[in-house]
This record gives sequence, structure tokens and C-alpha cells, in this order.
Amino acid sequence: MIRVVLPAHLRTLARISGDVELEIEGPVTQRSVLDALEARYPALSGTLRDHVTQVRRPFVRFFACGQDLSHESPDTPLPEAVAKGVEPFLVVGAIAGGRG
Amino acid sequence: MSKVRVLVGTKKGAFVLESDGKRTKWDITGPHFGGWEIYHVKGSPADPNRLYASQSSGWSGQVLQRSNDGGKSWEVVGNKFLYDGVPGTHQWYDGTPHPWEFKRVWHLEPSITDPDMVYAGIEDAALFRTLDGAKTWEELSGLRKHGSGPHWAPGAGGMCLHTIILDPADPRRIYIAISAAGAFRSDDAGATWKPINQGLVSAHIPDPKAEVGHCVHHVAIHPSRPGVLFMQKHWDIMRSDNAGDSWHEVSGNLPTDFGFVIDVHAHEPETIYVVPIKSDGEHYPPEGKLRVYRSRTGGNEWEPLTKGLPQSDCYVNVLRDAMAVDSLDQCGVYFGTTGGQVYASSDAGDNWAPIVRDLPAVLSVEVQTLQ
Repeated sequence: MIRVVLPAHLRTLARISGDVELEIEGPVTQRSVLDALEARYPALSGTLRDHVTQVRRPFVRFFACGQDLSHESPDTPLPEAVAKGVEPFLVVGAIAGGRG
Repeated sequence: MSKVRVLVGTKKGAFVLESDGKRTKWDITGPHFGGWEIYHVKGSPADPNRLYASQSSGWSGQVLQRSNDGGKSWEVVGNKFLYDGVPGTHQWYDGTPHPWEFKRVWHLEPSITDPDMVYAGIEDAALFRTLDGAKTWEELSGLRKHGSGPHWAPGAGGMCLHTIILDPADPRRIYIAISAAGAFRSDDAGATWKPINQGLVSAHIPDPKAEVGHCVHHVAIHPSRPGVLFMQKHWDIMRSDNAGDSWHEVSGNLPTDFGFVIDVHAHEPETIYVVPIKSDGEHYPPEGKLRVYRSRTGGNEWEPLTKGLPQSDCYVNVLRDAMAVDSLDQCGVYFGTTGGQVYASSDAGDNWAPIVRDLPAVLSVEVQTLQ
């Protein structure tokens, strides 16, 4: 079981309260986590990564176990603690404010 | 008893304002989608309780929302706007080719007859249509591929398709406008398109007869006379009496002919409204006076409407989709400002009052007249 923590505005959008728990078969990677997340909550489709290229949106970052995983390949296995559900996979809206 | 519903898109959410036909007391709900930019909210003429909203943010991209109960509740619908085929390139600010990239939906135009059919104008400029209530979207790519696409270039706000007009008399005729490419018309329900920019004059365009390259800000028609078009260009108020085949200037005695909005009285096809803005470098009213100008002669002769509007120290802007009219017997006129006010007149512009005044910057205003 994988735990995913989403930023507040995306929890509101998808009508999620609290953390998301996902069952994933096979390798636990950014791609498999996001595939499972979008399948469970279609409203999130396109808000984390581009529909076509599957590239992470510029102001979305991925953290886990105290590491910034944003620039890792989407197919790199996530840390074991995430795969085992000990640590959450954090989706973070980058600090990019100031424009209003 | 008639009712009026005003749909307001702002920089930080959507708001719905409702009043009875007197238009003196307003109930305000919102913010819907708080914190997100709402470029546009519009209702279906065929089913006024069916609303569509364009929601976007720099963090999370584009989301589309639909309401089936007049804005009380909303559901997320499809946000896949995939260009047809390999999108190719348009012109970038420096004249170099730049790949077409989807950024956001600027304008939603529901069909006049079918609540499930909606047109969407997007940035980078293209026209999309849904036939299933916004679950799925398909590009009407004849516009982008009609030939001049590689020469289109963005305006200061991006290369946006911001105006969509469906001809009430001819379901096959559609007008659209793009900043900064110009206006286009289809006579076959969006399959093929032609630029309709002859007569537009824009300073510094090397070829004054160029078929594209004009920064059209907004276009409006009266439903009873859809072949007569009124345009607020970057500079200049323009008019066409032949469905856009040619244009002539009707700026007349305006204090400045720069601006964004333009609209037509619900019952008087020759009565039009603009809000003059000082210049393209100074996006606020001249002399700090917020004035709507009305022409009862289809242009050229304009009168300032000032009663109830701030006449000193006012430096707000009124953006291109932020004016609308209702169709009650005494036509109501509405506009929103970047200062967060929505002003309304229930007597065709003679007197104005704010119906809400401290919203986030207003991006769009639409009005529904309900029976």
C-alpha cells in the first residue's frame, strides 16, 4: 500500500480528504503511482503531468524520504520505504508565488 | 418573474450573482474553485442551468468544470485538449518559429441549441468542440491549418483564441478572433475558415493588406443582425456590415480608441458599448475616470456614461470578456474590473452601481436572463 500526500488545492479538486492510499502491482515508480492516482481520481488527470508527454508540470515537485525526486526518471523505482507504505510520496506545489 | 444570473470569472475563483428582474438586490455565491484563475464561465442558451467553467493555474494546468444546476454544484469534466496531428509552429515574438503548445482555455461558447455542444477557444490559438457535455474535446483544425497559421504571433497576453460567435441565423456560420492574428469566419460549421481582416489598419505592420497579424481584442454582434460585426481592436473601434468581408473604423469622438470590451444592446442593434482605456502601455481609463461610452448610431458618435462610476483616481482595467448584457425589457449592462468591482446598469447605461465590489481581479462577466 502506497501513501500519497497531495497539496490542498488538488485534494479539493478531487474531493479527497486526507492522504490517498493506493495498491500498486509491480514496480513502484513515479509513473505507476501517478497512473494509479489518475485512475482512482480522474479529476487529477493533467494536473500533475502533461496529458501527452507525461512530463511533470513545471511547478509540481515530488518528494519522499527527505529527497527531491522531481528530476528522477519516472520509471526509477521509488525508495523502499515508499513502496512499503512506511513513508508517503509527497506531491508538492513548488514555491513560485509572488505574481498574484 | 424574470431573474438575472451573472457569472463572474476572477483571478482567484468564480462567483455567481443572482437577482430578480429589478436588479437591485444581489445574492452572491462563491468563490467556486477558490485560488484558481477562472478565465470564463458561460451558460448554455438551450439549458440555462448547464454552466461550463474554465479553471486553470500555473501549478496545475487546465481543468474544466460543468454544472447542471445553475452553479450550485460542479463536476470536473474533460481537460484533454490535444491538437490534431503534429501541431507544427507559429511565429514567436522574435519572428522565429515556435511550437504550438496548449496553455489554457480562454473562452467557452455553448451551442445555441444543444447543451452538450460547446466550443472552446484556447491558447496557443485553436478552436475545440465537445459534443458530449465536455467529456471529450476535438480540435476543429481547419482553422489552425487553413494556411496562415505559421504566421500567427502572440499578443502581450499570449496567442489566445478569445472570441467565439455562433450565428443565430445560420448554424453553419462561426466567427472567431485571435490575438494577434485577427478575425476568421467559417461558413461550414468550422470545417474551413477564411481570415476576415480587410480594412483593419495596425501601425507598424509592414503590409497594410496582410491577411493576418492584427491584434483583435473582442468582437460582438446583435443576434437579430448577425452579419453586422463590431470590433474593439487593439486600437480602433471597427464595424463590418458584410459578415467581416470588410471593415471600417467607427471610433469617432472617443477620447481614446484603445480598449478591450465591446458589446451590443439587447434590443437596439445600433446601440453599442465600449470602455476606453488610455493606451496599450497604460491599461487604465484616461484621466482616472471610469467611463462607458455608448453609441446609438452604430459607432462614430459616442456619449460618455458616468453616473455611478468613479470619476476620479480610478485606474482599473476592463478585460476583453468582462462585459455582457441581459435581455430584460430595460436592457441591463454589466462589466467587471481588474479592481474586483462588477458594475451594472439596469437602464441601458444611464445609471450604474457596483453589484459587488471587492472580488479578485475580474477576468470575465457573462449574464443569463432567466424566466
